[in-house]
Amino acid sequence: MSTVDNQGKSDVKIGVYICHCGVNIAHTVDVFEATEFSKRLPNVTVAKEYKFMCSDPGQEIIAADVSSGRVNRVVVASCSPLMHEATFRRAIAKGGGNPFMFQMANIREHVSWVTADKKEATKKAKALIAAAVERVALHEPLEMTQVPVNPNVLVVGGGIAGIHAALTAADADKKVYLVEREPTIGGHMAKFDKTFPTLDCSACILTPKMSAVHAHPNITLWTYSEVVEVDGFVGNFKVKVKRKPRYVDENLCVGCYECIEACIFKKGKFPDEFNQGLSKRKPIYIPFPQATPLVAVIDPETCAELKTGKCKKPCADACEPNAIDFTQTDIIEEIDVGAIILGTGFKTFDAARIFRYGYGRYPNVLTSLEVERMVNAAGPTSGEVQLRDGSQPKSVGIIHCVGSRDDKFNKYCSCVCCMYSLKLAHLLKERTGATIYNFYIDMRTAGKGYEEFYERVLNEKVHCIRGRVAEVTDWALEPEEENKLVIRVEDTLVGAVRRVPVDMVVLSVGMEAHDDADDVGRMFNISCTKEGWFLERHPKLAPVSTFTDGVFLAGACQGPKDIPDTVAQAGAAAAEALALIDRGHVELEPNTAFVREELCSGCKTCLSLCPYSAIGFNAEKKVAEVNGAICKGCGTCVAACPSGALQQNLFTDEQIFREIKGVMSYV
Amino acid sequence: MKYLYYPGCSSQSTGKAYGESVEAIFEALGAPLEELEDWNCCGATTYMSISELKAFTLSARNLALAERQGGDTAMLDLVVPCAACYLGLNKANKYLAEHREIREKVNNALSAAGLEYKGRVRVRHPLDILVNEIGLDKITERVKQPLAGYRVACYYGCQLVRPYADFDDQHQPVTMGKIIKALGGEVVDWPLKTRCCGGSLTGTYEDQGLRLSYMILNEAARRGATVIATACPLCQFNLECYQTKMGRRFGQPINMPVAFFTQLIGVAFGLSPRKLGLHRLFVPLPKSVEAVADAGGRHVNS
Repeated sequence: MSTVDNQGKSDVKIGVYICHCGVNIAHTVDVFEATEFSKRLPNVTVAKEYKFMCSDPGQEIIAADVSSGRVNRVVVASCSPLMHEATFRRAIAKGGGNPFMFQMANIREHVSWVTADKKEATKKAKALIAAAVERVALHEPLEMTQVPVNPNVLVVGGGIAGIHAALTAADADKKVYLVEREPTIGGHMAKFDKTFPTLDCSACILTPKMSAVHAHPNITLWTYSEVVEVDGFVGNFKVKVKRKPRYVDENLCVGCYECIEACIFKKGKFPDEFNQGLSKRKPIYIPFPQATPLVAVIDPETCAELKTGKCKKPCADACEPNAIDFTQTDIIEEIDVGAIILGTGFKTFDAARIFRYGYGRYPNVLTSLEVERMVNAAGPTSGEVQLRDGSQPKSVGIIHCVGSRDDKFNKYCSCVCCMYSLKLAHLLKERTGATIYNFYIDMRTAGKGYEEFYERVLNEKVHCIRGRVAEVTDWALEPEEENKLVIRVEDTLVGAVRRVPVDMVVLSVGMEAHDDADDVGRMFNISCTKEGWFLERHPKLAPVSTFTDGVFLAGACQGPKDIPDTVAQAGAAAAEALALIDRGHVELEPNTAFVREELCSGCKTCLSLCPYSAIGFNAEKKVAEVNGAICKGCGTCVAACPSGALQQNLFTDEQIFREIKGVMSYV
Repeated sequence: MKYLYYPGCSSQSTGKAYGESVEAIFEALGAPLEELEDWNCCGATTYMSISELKAFTLSARNLALAERQGGDTAMLDLVVPCAACYLGLNKANKYLAEHREIREKVNNALSAAGLEYKGRVRVRHPLDILVNEIGLDKITERVKQPLAGYRVACYYGCQLVRPYADFDDQHQPVTMGKIIKALGGEVVDWPLKTRCCGGSLTGTYEDQGLRLSYMILNEAARRGATVIATACPLCQFNLECYQTKMGRRFGQPINMPVAFFTQLIGVAFGLSPRKLGLHRLFVPLPKSVEAVADAGGRHVNS
C-alpha cells in the first residue's frame, strides 16, 4: 500500500469490489487482472471480485468489510450508477458506514458493452477504477435530506391516455390538473368509428369517460391550454400553464350552438380539423357534439371580428348567457404538483411525403384517418362511404405500412396499422359491399382476439395481397383500368407484378412523434429517442418512469401502441404517481453548493445567477451563504464563482481533478 | 458566356440529332458550346457493371481534360446532354469527391497520361443550364414561332434525375415542362415522366423492352399528347424506332413523334430544320410544326 496526500484525511481505507455481472463484464474485462491491479492502488486495503455484486451475498461482502473496520470508503466497478448506485450505498449504510463514502466505476455500459477487445477493455476498466479510487479518498460523509411531496398531479394531454390516468388518480382522491392543447379532450380515439377487435363503438366507450373527467370534483380540466414552464423537482414541481383565449366564457357557455347558427358565415368555410378537412366549419365552432367541455371556440385566424374588428358580431347578439368575449387574452395559471404524467400522444404520418402513393394528387386517395371519419355515423358523410364525386366505390385498396417499416421514413413498425386496416376493411365491406384489397408486408396481429379478427375478415372475402405497393397511378394499360386508380404491387406469394385497378385507395398511415416532442421533452427534462418518442427509464422494468423522478409516461408519446396498451400504461403511470405521493416524502441527494468563506471576495456574482434564490449575502462577514434547504444542486454558481469559493458536495474541484488524475495516470 | 461541352458517343450515331440541336440552340442563345478536346467514352452503365474502378477512370479522364481545357476558375461547368453520360460523370464526380481511396487509385491511373483530376468540375445538364443559368425569360425572348397547339408529354427517363441531379424533383421533375410552356406549348400532365423506357432490354429481351416502351407511348397518346419530348438518346431511340413493330404486337397502331426537347426549342426559335436534325426523325413532328419548319428552310424527311 503506497501513501499519497489525502489532503489531511487520515485513515483512508478503500475497498474495491469488481463485478463480473455474470459474463456481461467478465467476458470482456479481465476482472482478475483488474482486481490484482486495484490491490496496488493508493489507500486500497481490500480488492475483491464477485460474480454478482448487486446480489444479496455481494452486498453482504461490502457490508461485512465496512462493519469490520477494514474499509471506510468503497469503490464498486460494475454497471451504471443509474442501475445500482442506491443498492451499494445501502450496503455501506448496512455495514455502519456513510453511504456517500462511495464511488462507482461503470465498466459495463462504458466498457464491456461497447467493445469486444478484451485487452483494451481491461485497460479502460483499470483506468476507471483508478479514477474512482483517487476520487473516493476525498469524499466527505453527507446526509440525505427529506422533503414532503405535494399530493397534486398534473396530467398533460387529454386523449385516452391522459383521460384514464387523470380519472385513476382523481378516484384515489388526489387533485388532478388535466391540460389539453385542443379545444376538447378525446384525442384520436374520439375520431374513430369502431375499435378493433371487438368492434365496440369508439365514442360509446370513450365519451362516458370524457364526461366523467368533466364532472369529477377532483379534476380541474383546462382545454385549449399548454404547459409553458416547469420548475422544481420530484414531489415539488412548479408549473405554468397558458390558457389560450377561446373568446367564449367557459363558465357561461351552455353549448347551444345559437352563436354558430348566427355567424356571418352562413355555411362552413374552413377545413374542419376534427373531420380531417372532409367538411367545413365556421370561425366559431364546437369540434363535435360530444366535445368536452361542450363550449364553443372562436378561431382567431378566420374570425372576421378578430381579424378586422369590423364584424357585426351576430354571434354575441345570439348568445343568451352573454358568453362571447372578444377581449379575452392568454391567462397564465401557476400550479404546484408532486407528480406529472405525460400523455401527449402522437401525430399520423403525412401521406403526401410518399409521392408515389398519390396522396394530394389523386382525389380518391385517402388516409386511414379520413376514412375513419367517413365511416363514422357522426362524421361528415353520416357514415356513407363516398368517392369525391359522391358515388360509392366498388373496389377499395388499403395500403399498409405507409410511413412505417420504411428506411426512407420510419424504420419502426407502428403496431396498430395491420389491425385498424383489417377493421376498416370489415367496415368498408359492410357499408359498401365493395371488393376490398389489403396490401401488406407482414400481417401483424399479435394481441388478444386479434388473429381471430384477421380470420374473420378473411372469411368475409377481403383479399389480402402480400407485397409493398410500388405506386398508385392513374395510367391505364387495359380497358378495365380506365378511370380507375391502379395499384402496382409485387405479389410476393404469387411471385408476379400485379396491377390492381380500384376506385378508392386508403393509405394506412403510421404513427409519429409530435413535431415539438423535443421541446416538450426539454421542458419536462426528459429525453427523446431519435424518432422523438419519450424515453422510458427502462424498456422492460420501468416502462412508465423517466430519468426525471416524478415524471411518468402514458400512451403513444412513449412509442406506437394501441388503445388497450395505452390504457394499461396510463393506469400504471397513475399508480406510480400515487405511490410517490402516498409515500409522503422524497429523499434528495446532498449535492448542494457551499461557500468556502476564506476564498469568497463578496462579489455577489452568484446571487443574481441562482435560479432558486438559494444564495444570500452575509453583510457582517461580507461573504455569500447558500441555503442548503433551497439549493437544488444545479451547479450554476459553482461554475460562475470567479475565486472558486463556491463548491458543490459530491463534485468539489479537488474530487474532480483527482478523478481526472486517476484516469490519466493509468491509461 | 461559353460552355465546355461533352457530346458523348450517341451524339455521333443514333442520337446525332440531339448533339446537333443542343449546339444549335445554345449558339442561338448566345452561349456557344466548346467541345471537350479528345474526350472519350463516359463508361456508361455497361462498364460500371463490369468494373467500377475502370468506369470511374474513364469518366475521370474526361473530367480531368475539362479541368485542363477550362482554365483556372475555381469551379467550371461541363454541359452533358446525354442522360447516361450525365449519370456516369456525375457518379464518378461524387465518388471521387467522397472516397479518397478511389480518388487516389484513379489519379494514379490518370498520371500515366499526365493527367490529374482535382475535383473542380460541375457536371450540368442542358435543362439545368437553360432554366437556372440562361433563364426562361431569355428563352421566351428568342421565340419566333411559338409551339402553340402542341400538346407535349415531357419524358425525362430513368437516369436523368435519379439519383444525383439536384436541379429537379426526383419523382415529379418539372424543368422540361417549364421550357415547353415558355415556348408557348401545352404540357400534358402524366405520371410516367421518369418510368423506364426499356433501356437495352429492347435489344436483349425484346418482348419486355417493347412492352415497356409501348406503355409510355400508349399513355401519352391516351392523354392527348401530340409529341413526346425526351432528354435521353436511348429513350428517343426506343420510343421512336419500334413503333411499327409495337403496333403489330399490341394490336394498336402508334404514330407518335418523339423529339429531343432541344429540337422543339430550336423549332420555336425558328432555326433551320437541318441544323436541328429534324430530317433524322422517323416520325415527323405534327403538321403545323412542319409548316414552321417549311418557313425556315428545306422540308424534313426529304
